[in-house]
Amino acid sequence: MHPIVTLVAQRLALGILLLFAASVLIFAGTTMLPGDVAQQILGQGATPESLANLRAELGLNDPPVARYFNWLGGVLQGDLGTALTNGRDIAESIGGRLKNTMFLAFWAAVVSVPLALFLGLLAVRYKDKWPDKLISAVTLTTISIPEFMLGYILMYWLAVKLRWFPSVAILNDSMSLLEKLNAIAIPVIVLTLVVLAHMMRMTRAAILNVMQSAYIETAELKGLGMLKIIRTHAFPNAVAPIVNVVMINMAYLVVGVVVVEVVFAYPGMGQYLVDHVTKRDVPVVQAVGLIFAAVYIGLNLVADIVSIITNPRLRHPK
Amino acid sequence: MMRIPPAALVGLFFTSVFFFCAIFAPFIAPYGMAEVVGDVWEPSSSEFLLGTDSIGRDLLSRMIWGGRTTIFIATAATVLSFVTGATLGFFAAVSGGWVDQVLSRFIDLVMSIPSLIFALVVLSVMPTTILTLILLMGLLDSTRVFRLARAVAVDITVMDYVEAARLRGEKIGWIIFRETLPNALSPLVAEVGLRFIFMVLFVSTLSFLGLGVQPPQADWGGIVKENKEGINYGIQAALYPAYAIATLCISINLVADWILGRTTSLKGGRG
Amino acid sequence: MTEPLLKVRGLKIGATIYPPGEKSRDIEIVHGVDFDLEAGKVLGLIGESGAGKSTIGLAALSYGRGGVELTGGEVWLNGRDILKSRMADKRSLRGGEVTYVSQSAAASFNPAKRIMEQVTEAAISHGKFTKKEAEERAVGLFEKLGLPDPENIGSRYPHQVSGGQLQRCMTALALCPQPDLVVFDEPTTALDVTTQIDVLKAIKTAIRDTGVAALYITHDLAVVAQVSDHIMVLQQGAMVEYGSVDQIINAPKEEYTQALVSVRSIKHVEKEPGQTPLLKVEGITARYSGTNFDVLKDIDVELHAGQTLAVVGESGSGKSTLARVITGLLPPSEGTLTFDGRTLTPDLATRPLDDLRELQMIYQMADTAMNPRQTVGTIIGRPLEFYFGLKGKEKQKRIQQLLDEIELGEGFQDRYPAELSGGQKQRVCIARALAAKPKLIICDEVTSALDPLVADGILKLLLRLQKVEDVAYLFITHDLATVKAIADSIAVMFQGKIVRYGPKSQVLAPPFDDYTDLLLSSVPEMRIGWLEETIATRKMEAAGN
Repeated sequence: MHPIVTLVAQRLALGILLLFAASVLIFAGTTMLPGDVAQQILGQGATPESLANLRAELGLNDPPVARYFNWLGGVLQGDLGTALTNGRDIAESIGGRLKNTMFLAFWAAVVSVPLALFLGLLAVRYKDKWPDKLISAVTLTTISIPEFMLGYILMYWLAVKLRWFPSVAILNDSMSLLEKLNAIAIPVIVLTLVVLAHMMRMTRAAILNVMQSAYIETAELKGLGMLKIIRTHAFPNAVAPIVNVVMINMAYLVVGVVVVEVVFAYPGMGQYLVDHVTKRDVPVVQAVGLIFAAVYIGLNLVADIVSIITNPRLRHPK
Repeated sequence: MMRIPPAALVGLFFTSVFFFCAIFAPFIAPYGMAEVVGDVWEPSSSEFLLGTDSIGRDLLSRMIWGGRTTIFIATAATVLSFVTGATLGFFAAVSGGWVDQVLSRFIDLVMSIPSLIFALVVLSVMPTTILTLILLMGLLDSTRVFRLARAVAVDITVMDYVEAARLRGEKIGWIIFRETLPNALSPLVAEVGLRFIFMVLFVSTLSFLGLGVQPPQADWGGIVKENKEGINYGIQAALYPAYAIATLCISINLVADWILGRTTSLKGGRG
Repeated sequence: MTEPLLKVRGLKIGATIYPPGEKSRDIEIVHGVDFDLEAGKVLGLIGESGAGKSTIGLAALSYGRGGVELTGGEVWLNGRDILKSRMADKRSLRGGEVTYVSQSAAASFNPAKRIMEQVTEAAISHGKFTKKEAEERAVGLFEKLGLPDPENIGSRYPHQVSGGQLQRCMTALALCPQPDLVVFDEPTTALDVTTQIDVLKAIKTAIRDTGVAALYITHDLAVVAQVSDHIMVLQQGAMVEYGSVDQIINAPKEEYTQALVSVRSIKHVEKEPGQTPLLKVEGITARYSGTNFDVLKDIDVELHAGQTLAVVGESGSGKSTLARVITGLLPPSEGTLTFDGRTLTPDLATRPLDDLRELQMIYQMADTAMNPRQTVGTIIGRPLEFYFGLKGKEKQKRIQQLLDEIELGEGFQDRYPAELSGGQKQRVCIARALAAKPKLIICDEVTSALDPLVADGILKLLLRLQKVEDVAYLFITHDLATVKAIADSIAVMFQGKIVRYGPKSQVLAPPFDDYTDLLLSSVPEMRIGWLEETIATRKMEAAGN
């Protein structure tokens, strides 16, 4: 079999193993730690009887391993359990929210990826000149402010002072796409700023790395023009590192979404998660935590697979 | 005579100011941490330099006390993260073999879940005390320090001078503390700054989400949460912590850059 | 008189350096060089590292590598000053009139593209040939350069051919656009000695058949003597001597050139072996963990006190692994080591301190063999303190004695390795080994990273120390000239086995086995016509070319 197929298969298997291990970790994190869920839900004033009843109801008296496999079995069949706080089916509650989160993340990616690549290229083109330094200084600033504060700063200026966009991002089905985009404008800008800095810096480093290779010098000494060198010599070798950069930053984006949704009261997965962490609703936290972990692991997996299949040494073995 | 570039001087100055305020908060803050002294969201005045907050506490005092909490937690978590991460990282690199494999794979696993998500999962069952926060943040972050320390140490342990020391019959203590550590120091020192920044952002985020420092204790993330409603009325109270955090983080970045440049130049010279 | 193809007048080249922690500053690396090159002739540029020879070579393409700038003078090519050309004109020059062959073909080929595409690219983009013509031309060049399967080798990717083959593909790349001038920048330096000779031959034939002019840059005078018509000797950015190959090799005028020509002329009289060997290696077989083949197969050698055993071989022959086994870094799977009458335990960790002390090691890269954060005093002082418990004044005195012995003298104790030159660094490493009062020092390629004259100094020092300290050397090297200079006995290694072993006089005297013949005959000799004679008379083709 072609070695690439083997390598990709291995990497996929590793991804599944990692996801499985992550589910163990998430389950263990909510089960093994010294906190008592029943106590947390009922508060300090609870009677011993009510505590015992709740523990039995939650299945907390079963051995942890049995509870884990019970939970995992359910997850694999699409049954994420029911929420403690309102008794509703978790999978059902997640459906619409997942769609909203994807919508937000998608548009943030659409804006940030081309912008980061463009700025990265610009920084390389004007390396150590003022555009490079300016981009570097601005991105340093955005890295140094937490997402939620960036959110409020933009909300203060763009929504309250300038009144360009609404300050809360509420969606409903009757809105047109344009109205929806207007509603999520500020969250998208915040998310863009959050990932832009990293993505641009990493793009710059990846391209510089390729441009400093000896084969680029060879191309220069062949008398080729700059554009042709970039198109035919630099680009094929820069694709893998750039895709890698993009994927890693999409993974950051997924985490950034959690906080930004809370800031803008956006009805997505992140807000749902934070809300239920506060309410100590363990089944919801486990389910949503696992979904976030799965997306994160999946994006990293894609990045690795892209670098495997674009590697000429692996594509054309000896 | 040591020359400090202006950027690093600015960084050093602001970093010192922040730490000074954190340490001496009880003497500097004009009012008590949770003392209600005025009306809700009073504008800035000679009495209340930054105005008052959502329940009438002096905002400047809250900022100073809050900085004390945030910086304390971030410092403690950074120390924990470094002690754990660097020790395990060096240990893995110098031991090699299965010890290295087991540790590295476990760290990979922990890092396959984003820190914030992991923290939220754990905080759904743990009580949110300052100790929990420090332990949780410090341990989660030690994975990154582990990777760096291990990578740096692996680079050094393959050097011939380490092999020469082993051939001489030196004990592991000499090899770690005299041959490896002095050469690993500069990247690690710069990393201390970056980890500290990350901790400040992390604890602020958790507090903002209501899962970090609990009121009435002040901290920067919490101040944003308490005053966020004011934004819609054009009140800036929630933005001050953002300015403070940005200033602190940029300052530390500037100092870290300088240290990294300086220590690498120390390599051979005595300057 | 006709105008020469390339005319260089008062060429000055500068660079900006960025010393860490200090302000960047401009330095001059080439201080006004003049030379001419007639069409169809080959000029060899020779010098040690830092002589500016590559920089001068690239100036013929009006190109400055990295931060290098061509600051002054004139470079006339085909009657126009190319330093003053506009960018578009420089582009049509590069890859058209002048082409370049670099030291590392592996790095200079784009890993993502097929060889043929890269070889023909310049010729096509300059409009010299159509794609079809260029490809036919390339196949012709592949054949001329002795590449296997010339019809199809172009459809391979760079990583799919060997280092020696890729270096020839690079030559084809340079010749394909039918240039007037090719700059060869150390094209054979990175190759094994047995591969080098074939590539050298291929390059020489190609130059002659195509009638192209060439600048041939190298640090090895013996190599340049084979391919050039004229030689220019450079030292620290300035010309030392210019002349025909015959004059430079046989009648050098300048002192520096004379030193370069007479390098490696150390005479060493072979010693008689003593009664009992100091080191006895018996039946050693070894492999690295996680691999499934033996790197060393049944090795037997002996070394007598105060003598030198040279272990010779090419990369991958297992010679460095033998050093690792003897030092205990790699426990062997079979065989025994006897040192001074005692059995050495296989693993370093279980050896008594005296065994460790009496067996010291010197490395190829003195740079990485010294901790950059320790002073010379600490580096040399540590063994004194560790093995002999010396402290304070006594230790200082002994350190100074050792520094005197390696000819460094006062004022070095407080210096850091970064403040020393390459040769000084290697001397400090020698002092560190001597500090332990060893009976045996393993020298692993200790001169191969150094310039020839510096290397000579180190070899002379080692020979002198052997007399004074009565220490034995196990000398690992790929360089036969070094072997001839210092060895008492020689072991030739090939693919993990010893193929020839004995006193120097016997090993270097015919009749030879095939491999030793190949190895010995591949070492360039400093006389004209050596290349042709050797190619005509040797028995075996190199395997990995």
